[in-house]
Amino acid sequence: MSGDTATVPIAPRGSSYALQQLTRAFSANATSWIGLVIFLLVVALALLAPLISPYDPLDQDILARLQGPSAAHWFGTDSYGRDILSRLLWGARLSLVISTVSILAAVVIGGAIGILAGYVGGRFDMVVMQAMDVLLSFPSLIMGLMVVAMLGASMGNLMIAIALTAIAPFARIARAPTILVKERDYIEACRALGYSDLRIMTIHILPNIVAEILVMASLWLATAIRIEASLSFIGLGVRPPTATWGGMIREGFENILDSVSLSIFPSLAILLVVFSLNMLGDGLRDAIDPKMRGGE
Amino acid sequence: MLGYILKRLLLAIPTLFAVLSIVFVLARVLPGDPAQTILGDQASQEALAAMRHRLGVDKPIGAQYVDFLWNAVRGDWGNSLVTGNPVVDEVRKVLPYTIDLTVTAIVLGALIGIPLGVWSALRRNTWVDYVARIGSLLGLSFPAFVSAILLLLVFAIQLRWFPVISAGRLDDPVERLRSLALPAVNLGIIMAAYVTRVTRSSMLEVLGEDYIRTARAKGVPTRAVTWRHAFRNGLIPVVTVVGLYLGILIGNSVLTEIVFNRPGLGKLIVSALNQRDYTVLQGMMVVYAFAIVLVNLLTDLTYGFIDPRVKRQ
Repeated sequence: MSGDTATVPIAPRGSSYALQQLTRAFSANATSWIGLVIFLLVVALALLAPLISPYDPLDQDILARLQGPSAAHWFGTDSYGRDILSRLLWGARLSLVISTVSILAAVVIGGAIGILAGYVGGRFDMVVMQAMDVLLSFPSLIMGLMVVAMLGASMGNLMIAIALTAIAPFARIARAPTILVKERDYIEACRALGYSDLRIMTIHILPNIVAEILVMASLWLATAIRIEASLSFIGLGVRPPTATWGGMIREGFENILDSVSLSIFPSLAILLVVFSLNMLGDGLRDAIDPKMRGGE
Repeated sequence: MLGYILKRLLLAIPTLFAVLSIVFVLARVLPGDPAQTILGDQASQEALAAMRHRLGVDKPIGAQYVDFLWNAVRGDWGNSLVTGNPVVDEVRKVLPYTIDLTVTAIVLGALIGIPLGVWSALRRNTWVDYVARIGSLLGLSFPAFVSAILLLLVFAIQLRWFPVISAGRLDDPVERLRSLALPAVNLGIIMAAYVTRVTRSSMLEVLGEDYIRTARAKGVPTRAVTWRHAFRNGLIPVVTVVGLYLGILIGNSVLTEIVFNRPGLGKLIVSALNQRDYTVLQGMMVVYAFAIVLVNLLTDLTYGFIDPRVKRQ
């Protein structure tokens, strides 16, 4: 017996299994490519905002209030004379940071809960998943509204609110494959070799469910951006004068009779990002889910 | 069937208990002093203590929890801090508007979504399918307030077909419908997007089943295969998912009511937020808790009604 060198395959088809699965899914589906490219473009624009935005997003110009698109202000100006394009670019940063951090937290927490529940099984599994079902029954926007209303509107609280609504679905999606995988022979082999439960869960089970979790994460990223914008629109977002897409739309909505561009451009921005993420996630899911593949 | 209904009703009780507990945790246990939030930073110690007493948050947390559950269940949700009226009355006043809106939206969503989903599945990988898929994906990418603003801009402000402020009086049926039209279409289209997708994937799955092939092989006419064999079975997951999306609908109705300036639960919660009306906010959460449990119960019951296997379990 050569101890640790007695090799047990880390996942059925090597540790890059998830990667292979995703690559195959991409090549099978053009819409996911389009979605990915658009989304990465938005991320690049957001990252470059300090360099490329033509004005300071907070700079007011009282003489140039509520202007339509022009050479000086491509997307026009808002009711304080601030440049809409610059505010859009800076707003993208905020929107992406809030949604990414909150979904990342939800993936880690929810994924851990799901794998643990599936792996341990029995009564523990039942109680935990029942709790997740109750959490799941809360509509995400209502949940977000409640949390932010009670905790106060700030970037951190927004992240907490969004993460809370997204934990349960990730727990669910991580649990189902865990239950299937844990019955396989190679997990049995791991146990026979005396590997700890933690090692089995992280090294031998986790890689099998990464692809599904990533697909789900891209769809939830879209939802997170929508929730953040909705809460900002209601007035529960990051406080003004900071530029948020939802907040800009609210302002545009209040001035809708004077200037249409103030609400239209941020609306299009949200739509573009959410749609691209949905295209990405939806295309990948179609390709990965074996049920959807049949019948061609 | 009666046994099934009773069992579901009994099962709803622990769910209600759990959902109300979450509301309690959100409202009371999370950091922050509600009295401070209501009165602001400048309030004196005496005023804060009086407010805490009025809200009942000066008691031990266990007693607060029992009080909260008991009051929530018997419909005593306190008085609004702003108007002084019982929260129940405030809710009852606007509830018909929200119910009008959500029910119409569900009906619209099903009327558009189910046929479109079936059609898309039957014509898989043709242009019909592509258009339906892209369209529904686009539909569910719309934040409800964005689509609402666009509808308002085009049909109320530019074309002037519908009122800009959809307050509508409940006693005048024509006014009621006219003011309902835009908000309901807004929610209905988003709902239809979800329904189309579920119907499509569910139909595709059923159409791939062996019994469909058997039916075809026996020479059953295509129409009968589609509607009698596939559609009835394909509809089962659609019902559950529509139940799930009711939650999304409740959330989206808040945004829609704000844009169309229409009375309803959403407007109530937002004005309570702006005025820091703590008791109304807490009461609204209880309302939503009840709504969530009710929706889940209805979904379960419909499920049992459509799928005979469920009842017998």
